[in-house]
Amino acid sequence: MSEKVYGLIAEFDSPAAILHAAEKVRDAGYRRWDAFTPFPIHGMDQVMKLGNSLVGWVALAGGAFMFLNVAGLIWFTNAFDYPLIVGGKPMFSVPMTFVPSYIMLIMGGALGALIGMLGLNQLPRLHHPLLDQKRFALVSRDKFMLVIGAQDEKFCATETKKLLEALGGTHVEIVEDQD
Amino acid sequence: MADSALNLEVLKRLAPPAELGRAPVVEGKPSLGALTDKLSAFAEAKTPVWWWIVFIPAAFAATVIFPTCLFYQVFTGVGVWGNNHPVMWGLDIVNFIWWVGVAHAGTLISALLFLTKQHWRTTIGRMAEAMTVFSVMMAGLYPAIHVGRAWFDWFMFPVPNSNGLWPQFRSPLMWDVFAVNTYLVVSSLFWFMGMIPDFAVFRDRSTTRIRKTVFTFLAMGWTGSARQWHNYEKAYVVLCGLCTLLVFTVSSIVGLDFCTAQIAGWHATIFPLYFVIGAVFCGFGMMLVLLIPLRKLCGLENIITKSHIATVAKLALVSGLIIDYIYLMEFFIAWYSGDPYERWVFGHRLFGHTYMILGWMLIGINVCVTQLLWFKKIRSNLWALFIIGLLINCGMWSERFVIVVGSLYQDFLPANWGKYMPTMWDIGLYVGTLGAFFMLYLLFVKFLPVIAISEVKGVMPEADPHHPLGGAKKGDHQ
Repeated sequence: MSEKVYGLIAEFDSPAAILHAAEKVRDAGYRRWDAFTPFPIHGMDQVMKLGNSLVGWVALAGGAFMFLNVAGLIWFTNAFDYPLIVGGKPMFSVPMTFVPSYIMLIMGGALGALIGMLGLNQLPRLHHPLLDQKRFALVSRDKFMLVIGAQDEKFCATETKKLLEALGGTHVEIVEDQD
Repeated sequence: MADSALNLEVLKRLAPPAELGRAPVVEGKPSLGALTDKLSAFAEAKTPVWWWIVFIPAAFAATVIFPTCLFYQVFTGVGVWGNNHPVMWGLDIVNFIWWVGVAHAGTLISALLFLTKQHWRTTIGRMAEAMTVFSVMMAGLYPAIHVGRAWFDWFMFPVPNSNGLWPQFRSPLMWDVFAVNTYLVVSSLFWFMGMIPDFAVFRDRSTTRIRKTVFTFLAMGWTGSARQWHNYEKAYVVLCGLCTLLVFTVSSIVGLDFCTAQIAGWHATIFPLYFVIGAVFCGFGMMLVLLIPLRKLCGLENIITKSHIATVAKLALVSGLIIDYIYLMEFFIAWYSGDPYERWVFGHRLFGHTYMILGWMLIGINVCVTQLLWFKKIRSNLWALFIIGLLINCGMWSERFVIVVGSLYQDFLPANWGKYMPTMWDIGLYVGTLGAFFMLYLLFVKFLPVIAISEVKGVMPEADPHHPLGGAKKGDHQ
């Protein structure tokens, strides 16, 4: 079991405080950092320049995949593998395939959204170095924490700590990664 | 300085008067920490006596009455129900439509009100979603056993088999299979995904080892980082959009089962809309029945405020009025069509000898009682709303009965007429599903985050970085 430094964590009391701190950390040139909050903070996306989440595209892919597959399945089963004349209707037509395909599009989109969200967030995971941190449990309550990763090129245990303290962060501590 | 004072004056003048302003989402101005404590309190506290008092009968119905009726029917055949020629669809389909209906308002509250940015929905959304998930479970059961030979249910799925048979995709009954299954999966996903951040709250608060283990698994390593929230919010919007589509699709497809038939009273294109709105109306009734006692018993009066309940009542009124319009149109078209069979069926809904009481229940409740919701006095009286909620459920149940049985028992040939009376197995199964629903709901209330903790915190003024309570100082980010 080796212990290495995961990063530095600092605690803030309000959404405005962490938003300011995030702006400053970004302006200081850090790249590998993240803000941990009990709820999404309006404006944090812009500060972190996160752009548009890819989840929407994953959902679209899931939906399109299901739609085409179900339409294809209906063609295969009802028009190709076992053609059956029902009321003189055509073997394959858009109106008859649309409803099940559309319903399964919703299913595919929903699965895509969930899987995309989990995948992009690298979940599920049973452990995260931050979860060992005593005070980190307060993030889900009413504290706002900012973590600067040790892998950041500009990371320096003393300088970064000074910056976080200057920004008003309290309880600035080293997070250890026990692997 | 003078400028900002002037601006403040201007803003004050432009602001709407107090009586037009929106009620706060959460009353009592708790801090974020206190709010977290309050919202997790019920799940963490000792189980109160009332919970057991309701849970034991519900669990009895769910674990004794329900399986008894279910297995007796499956082993013996559909004949144990009152279903027989000519009424082949009885309480099984009535209850199926009724349960699907109950589900709909949950999705509507949760998804559609999210897309329209109604902040008050955060407090009741989770309860509404749970209602959806559990009632779709109950709904889905009925068609599965109504087919008579439940062990052949796999015929409905496109599974390759040695008979070389495939489902017939031209049938709306097939579409139902897809619709109800999708509804169950998607609403469960939506419900579960919404709970992930709240599982993390429970994980972080847990004091016992077992709670810690369970919620660590359920939270899946959620840390609440900005990147996670970024993807999460996007996924949530996408799921809300898809769920909103489902609200309008699932009941429409159930409605299509009827409007593709030739029987008088089922031969109308109004059915999809009719069933969607009826479903939503019924679901708002159920919402009132669930919310009003639970807010009191779980000590959530400041969270699920009276103004939220009144808003649900208003939505019930709106959907009730649309339903009333549809009744009017149905009767009008039956008369205007000039078709003697249509006229016969609709006349018999209200003046027939067998089921007229249900026809008048439909009019008395869905048309008349709903009008009481126009009055502010009624909307602020919780007892009245609770009773109206119960009545709406009965009214919508009678509507489903009138539609299903009312059209089937007298078709075109008098020689073909018959009566339908539910047997104890029909009723027992309904009681069993009600028990199962309430049992699941009570378990949800006791063990899971019953209010969306992070969502409620997110709509507090303390959560807004541009609000003074959120820590914003003058001149910040204006």
